[in-house]
Amino acid sequence: MAVYRRRYQAPEHATTSGRFRFLVFARYALRELLAVRGFALYFVLCFAAPLVGAVVIYLHFNPLGLKVLETTVRELIPIDRQFFLLFLLIQTGAGSLLAAVVGPGLVAPDLANNALPLYLSRPITRRDYIMGKLSVLVGLMSLLTWIPIMLLYVLQCVLAGWAWLATNLRIPVGILACSALWILVVSLLTLALSAWVRWRPIATLSVFGAFFISAAVGTLVSETLHTRWGSVLNVFKLMRFIWSDLFGVAPMPEALPVGVSIAVVGLWCLLFLVMLGRRVRAYEVVRA
Amino acid sequence: MTDTDDSAASTPAPALFELDRLEVRFGKRVILNALTAALHGRSIGLLGPNGAGKTTLLHTLLGFHPASGGGARLLGLDVCTQTARIRACTGYMPENDAFVARMSAVRLTTMLGELAGLSPQGALERAHEALTWAGLGEARYRPIGTYSLGMRQMTKLAQAVVAGPKLLILDEPTNGMDPPVRARMIDLIKEVRDSGATRIILSSHLLKDVEDCCDEVLILKDGEVASTCNIEAERRTNRKFLELEVEGDSGPLEALARERGCECAVAAGGRIKMILPQGVEIADLYAVAARCDLQIRRLSSKRDSLQEIFLKAMEGSNGRLPA
Repeated sequence: MAVYRRRYQAPEHATTSGRFRFLVFARYALRELLAVRGFALYFVLCFAAPLVGAVVIYLHFNPLGLKVLETTVRELIPIDRQFFLLFLLIQTGAGSLLAAVVGPGLVAPDLANNALPLYLSRPITRRDYIMGKLSVLVGLMSLLTWIPIMLLYVLQCVLAGWAWLATNLRIPVGILACSALWILVVSLLTLALSAWVRWRPIATLSVFGAFFISAAVGTLVSETLHTRWGSVLNVFKLMRFIWSDLFGVAPMPEALPVGVSIAVVGLWCLLFLVMLGRRVRAYEVVRA
Repeated sequence: MTDTDDSAASTPAPALFELDRLEVRFGKRVILNALTAALHGRSIGLLGPNGAGKTTLLHTLLGFHPASGGGARLLGLDVCTQTARIRACTGYMPENDAFVARMSAVRLTTMLGELAGLSPQGALERAHEALTWAGLGEARYRPIGTYSLGMRQMTKLAQAVVAGPKLLILDEPTNGMDPPVRARMIDLIKEVRDSGATRIILSSHLLKDVEDCCDEVLILKDGEVASTCNIEAERRTNRKFLELEVEGDSGPLEALARERGCECAVAAGGRIKMILPQGVEIADLYAVAARCDLQIRRLSSKRDSLQEIFLKAMEGSNGRLPA
């Protein structure tokens, strides 16, 4: 390294491609996360449920294992759509907790320290910045949600054979679509709230608050007005309605039409994007 | 190590920026009002009192604020449609604190280098070079949150030059600095200017900073162009205004200077104020002093022209300076 150079010198250099430059944000954020004590431990613990799922699937096809455990196939949880939906629910819960803790650290410090002018004075757009930060959450939550559940599905297919695969083609579609929707909503919510709150601990609390308050307000409206439409205020409940439809399991009693649910979730995502866009600027203009 | 590019210095540089009735509004408030100017210098100073629109102009040139009317070109590129290309060849040092507190200067500068298009390895090397050049030494490994104001300013300068920009935009670079650190900052800016590879736009309300670093000045007042000035040309004119201090009897020097057409005013303590006519150079004065066996202890050119121009530009319509 040429640190001996004490005089200014403009370097001759080749520039990298601008298309994937937003991943610089992701790389630096991940490196920082890995340095946080407890992150790796939590991340590994999040794979406990899929591991249990894999053992259950394996036991379904292993008489010797069942004999050792002194149990029968009937006593085990059946391997069907509900099985995969249950594990997806567990994993999205774990992923959401991770997003609530990790997400605010991605945007809030940049805004609190006024770092955006430094980033945006480079050949980087606001969209690149948001994409870079979003890719961290999308990557981490993908590792916790659809990737392990799809591996469970593949394991089941390998052990059960083509017949099972042919009758359960809806499951992988449900896993991918539900995970994608959940990841998008949770990531945007986390980034939007942390961009507005700016103070990392409060941003984390506000993400948890959004989970509980939206559920509480939605239930309150539904109960008070004796209607099921209060659910439109609870984006997470709306997603459960969509999930049930995508997996083809029995709908929840208070479920809204799936088309309406998808449209309202889309509106929520749009709101989060607008919130994010209003804060992610090089400079805020105070209008008279 | 780079020396000033002589060939580049001899050919006239293309316009650094051109403003064509540029207008910027925030809501109904007009911040920049039909600015029209073209500046060609290697280093341009933006002068004006607080609220004159200097920072808004810089932000508009960088594409942070859209123009409400008119247009502008920076390095020949349209600031409305070619923002990415402008940013790719520009280094920007913002006025306010801008950093990530928990990051070390090396990490932040490396990341910003990568965002500017350097490879990870190249960015790391350049970050070390730039921070060492800016005088941060081993402190570059510490979190920026622990830095003094001067060190933060130096970090901002280092990150601005990390990718070797063609244009360096400095917004109040000496803000809040103590005199030694300020002098160091000015030296660094001059070094960048003299490298010949990078042109500079420097915004400041400090005349001295602009006078030290710039060869052309745009003076803004209330969002309008109050005046433009070529300091280099002014300097050439001002070379004729001298202040001397001599050891011994100044009478013979004065007499010989008058013979050559100089205007002289002698003050106490051997001090002489002199205006040199066309064709008489400072070297001639030394020759005259040597002939008179006089020692010139101090000689300085009068350098208050920018101040005069600035004050004139700031005069209200009633001819009085604003309060």
